[in-house]
Amino acid sequence: MPDFDIVLIANRGEIARRVIASCRRLGIRSVSVYSEADATLAHVAEADESYPVGGSRAQDSYLRVDRLLTVAADSGAGAVHPGYGFLSENANFAEAVGAAGLVFIGPDPQTIRDMGDKQRAREIARRAGVPVVPGSRRFEVEQLDGLEQAAETVGYPLLVKASAGGGGIGMRRVDRPEQLREVAMATQSMAAKAFGDGAIFLERFIPRARHVEMQVFGFGDGTAIHLYERDCSLQRRYQKVIEESPAPRLPAEIRDLMAADAVALCQATRYRGAGTVEFVVDAGTFEYFFLEMNTRIQVEHPVTEMLTDRDLVAMQIELARGTLRPVVQAAVKPVGHAIEARIYAENPSKKFMPSPGKLERFRLPSMEGLRVDAGYREGDTVTPFYDPMIAKVIVHEATRDRAREKLAQALRAFEIEGIRNNRDFLIACLNDETFASGDVSTGFIDQRLDSLLASVSA
Amino acid sequence: MAFVDVKTEITGNVWKIVAKAGDAVEEDGTLLILESMKMEIPVSAPEAGTVSEILVAEGDVVSEGSVVVRLEV
Repeated sequence: MPDFDIVLIANRGEIARRVIASCRRLGIRSVSVYSEADATLAHVAEADESYPVGGSRAQDSYLRVDRLLTVAADSGAGAVHPGYGFLSENANFAEAVGAAGLVFIGPDPQTIRDMGDKQRAREIARRAGVPVVPGSRRFEVEQLDGLEQAAETVGYPLLVKASAGGGGIGMRRVDRPEQLREVAMATQSMAAKAFGDGAIFLERFIPRARHVEMQVFGFGDGTAIHLYERDCSLQRRYQKVIEESPAPRLPAEIRDLMAADAVALCQATRYRGAGTVEFVVDAGTFEYFFLEMNTRIQVEHPVTEMLTDRDLVAMQIELARGTLRPVVQAAVKPVGHAIEARIYAENPSKKFMPSPGKLERFRLPSMEGLRVDAGYREGDTVTPFYDPMIAKVIVHEATRDRAREKLAQALRAFEIEGIRNNRDFLIACLNDETFASGDVSTGFIDQRLDSLLASVSA
Repeated sequence: MAFVDVKTEITGNVWKIVAKAGDAVEEDGTLLILESMKMEIPVSAPEAGTVSEILVAEGDVVSEGSVVVRLEV
């Protein structure tokens, strides 16, 4: 492995600042980049050097591979940290970084490519012995022979899904065999019109689902460890809102099985670096199935860092540098309970519409066992060009109840003025009786929306 | 005949203009689509009418409360 002492951060905001902090701890120089809209942000000032890479829109700056590589060459960087989002899971970028003689801080391009293809990822997981959501083959229009048998194998309730659909579009639920054929034909006809491809497939439907993911770290030689789970069930439109570890009410033996499966997947792929194996868990039966693997550092990684007292970003950099000392599984010890809440620039009482603008007041709370990762400072403008997250607030406490109460307290002490945000909505979630009891599922926010919003405006 | 000014509720970029001057639109019909913070937000007609003027172009940045379309109702 080639050594390096300058890292280029191909990202912005809070995750760029996060990588700068770990570089500093390791005595490595950091180089950041910025778009026109971001020129005055903290990640520009805090890096040892910073370079402009273009216009405000991501495709004109943070996604410009050519300019990023030019900055790498000009600054003498020996490695590139991609953060999350943008180019972090772009295999072509990882390849271009390698071809330029630089180290890509992440898995190898083939792993990124394999895991980026959801079908292929499922197949790799299945071969590694990891349970995947039962599904059927494709059924083309007017070719529904074998549909009933396929449905029995998948199991009811199931979803009829358009092969060309996505994000919840083009799927319908079937609870009983006698509804199957009619729904299949209707979905095919709808899909043919909407997507120009009428093919469908069947997939098991989990009525009350939880999203539980395993933080993993592979050493690139076929060995890997896990750093326990994160429950990310509290989501709204597939956007995570609150994440925590340990997952409430998840039996330890189930957690251990999921962890072993996640590690097996990393071993099978000779995974290198930090990654996350996502599972959907049936909230009633605790059956769990592989969903996908994210081949990057996650937004919610601080939950794991606080729970296990590790610096995941430093581990990524040291592994890429060849200076990471091996970590054995038994050395990873989770302590207490950690919860993270994401503050978004959005207006909960107006259908969560984005709310960019100037942060007239932005005073972070400060207390023991509290961590705030923010990309902005008071006086900064949150522009409409990037995602709406303005800060992550994470607490670590001895028990879930204490962590939950402390997070609510920290959020109340967080002074934000100038833009609308979901701070009060987050507090309402934390104080909700169902959430407090640990009875979480991905339907929580939708089901409790009225009551959650009532306490926001009250 | 009266005119109605259609305003945006958010700050964002004009991503796509759907209607053009002279088009008849229904109530709630989409006039244009804004993009803000990785979300697409349609701007729709508050009532049925005819588009008399589109005041923005694709790629423009518009701020909350600005008039983007004038509608004849």
